[in-house]
Amino acid sequence: MALAFTALTSLLLIAIFIFKEGVPFIARVGFRDFLLSSDWRPQAGHFGIYPMIVASLLVTLGAMLVGAPLGIACAVFLNEFVSKPVTRVIKPTIELLAGIPSVVYGFIGVVVVAPLIRSQFGGPGLSMLCASLILGVMVLPTIISISTDVLASVPNAYREGALALGATRWQSVHLVILKAARSGIVAAVILGMGRAIGETMAVIMVAGNTVQVPRSALDSVCTLTAKIAMEMGSATGPHRQALFAIGVVLFLMIMMFNALAMTAIKKRFAGK
Amino acid sequence: MRIPPRNTQALAVTLLAGATGLTLAVLVFVIVFILGKGLPVISLGFLFDNPQEMGKAGGIFPTLVGTLILPLVAILIALPAGVGTAVYLSEYTGDNLATRIIRFGTDCLAGIPSIIFGLFGFIFFVTTLKMGWCILSGALTLAIMVLPTIIRTAEEAIRAVPAGYREVSCSLGATRWETVLKVVLPNALPGIVTGIMLSIGRCIGETAAVIFTAGASLRLPHSVFDSTRTMAVHFYILAREGISNENAYGTAAVLILSVLLVNSLSYWMMNRFIARRTK
Repeated sequence: MALAFTALTSLLLIAIFIFKEGVPFIARVGFRDFLLSSDWRPQAGHFGIYPMIVASLLVTLGAMLVGAPLGIACAVFLNEFVSKPVTRVIKPTIELLAGIPSVVYGFIGVVVVAPLIRSQFGGPGLSMLCASLILGVMVLPTIISISTDVLASVPNAYREGALALGATRWQSVHLVILKAARSGIVAAVILGMGRAIGETMAVIMVAGNTVQVPRSALDSVCTLTAKIAMEMGSATGPHRQALFAIGVVLFLMIMMFNALAMTAIKKRFAGK
Repeated sequence: MRIPPRNTQALAVTLLAGATGLTLAVLVFVIVFILGKGLPVISLGFLFDNPQEMGKAGGIFPTLVGTLILPLVAILIALPAGVGTAVYLSEYTGDNLATRIIRFGTDCLAGIPSIIFGLFGFIFFVTTLKMGWCILSGALTLAIMVLPTIIRTAEEAIRAVPAGYREVSCSLGATRWETVLKVVLPNALPGIVTGIMLSIGRCIGETAAVIFTAGASLRLPHSVFDSTRTMAVHFYILAREGISNENAYGTAAVLILSVLLVNSLSYWMMNRFIARRTK
């Protein structure tokens, strides 16, 4: 009985300890100066994280532009157009993508993708575009596996009904099945966003880490997670508290994504 | 103009197949690229020698040891808690407020990114409890991280045990606890082990949560109170600080091979488990 609350206790401990370090700091610096200032100079006592927030959101958005269409297309193809035995081989293979450590993706970004961007589009290579591409691939397993489950739970009668009315397979997919599975697929994408915004090591390696509000996709950016991980080792005093305060912002963002995804899933079951 | 449905169908199938092909191609590329550059570096010496000049030369033996020990200790900690939770959720209560809160907490925990676990581990285990950078701090942090995976898989495995088994056991005079211990858990074992394997795979590849809690010492650890460096962390440091590209590729290859091995093993076990269940 007591054991059952380990997960809950851990969650509370995590929240308490990160908030305990971070929230007083935000209160002291001021909500506005912390969230909306672009001045990050810890030594001079300036802690504005606005560029990092923008960078995190844009990189996540970019990752979704890559990952969501690709992932949903994969899920639809595997679930609706391919025979079961083929799916049974391809699906675990794609799930292996999830097992590749994030540092390896980051490394691929550095040695393959960044030089390609540099030679094709100019700029430093290590950029928002590079981070979005790498993260887009990294969220694929999340999006694919949840979307496939959602599609598989659409009642077969829907498919048969559409086909009986003379629809082609594709018409039945985009007119009936995708509509029925919509909220579940939305949940899959939101969970993917949660993964992308929280990803750290791969982003540090490929995003370039310049603290600035990017003007183009080829600019180097520094995300919230990258800032925490890069400066945690050496930070002391208010600087360290500032990093925990970034952690608080990140924690709240992720919780918001999770809550959104859960409501989307709930709506789906309520609608049935 | 209306495009005939047959043509949109053909177009859609081509695009969808293309997307799936692209995903598979990326996967194959990542694995082939790393193994292609890394396998030639691997030798017995590379695996079992100590690193020299911060990993510029020599082997990766201490990181191999760290990668073995850290997930192992993490699982030892997470397993009782996770399986205990699963047993409680599926055997002792129905759907009530307490279980709903526990499930909610577990779902939230599953969504937290590893850097937050790293921050927490650092401030709680390393600083507040004064444990310092050591295997135990890292393992405790990882244990919390994999807890949702263990709870989920264990709960599913336990639910899959037929109700008849429990009824027979109870009708023979066994208490509920005896039933859990001697009937339910042994039958759910393959599913639980699958969860363990998945968790180990996740621990092996983890960097952000490990680097701030277990540290990055290259010395061979003598106890759980020593700092250690896992392969993932070692690879990250080699690649990020440009210490040695050659050794980075070698480490990455060993890392990928171990993760693939562990994950394939868990898939194989899961499939066997499902096959046995549906028989």
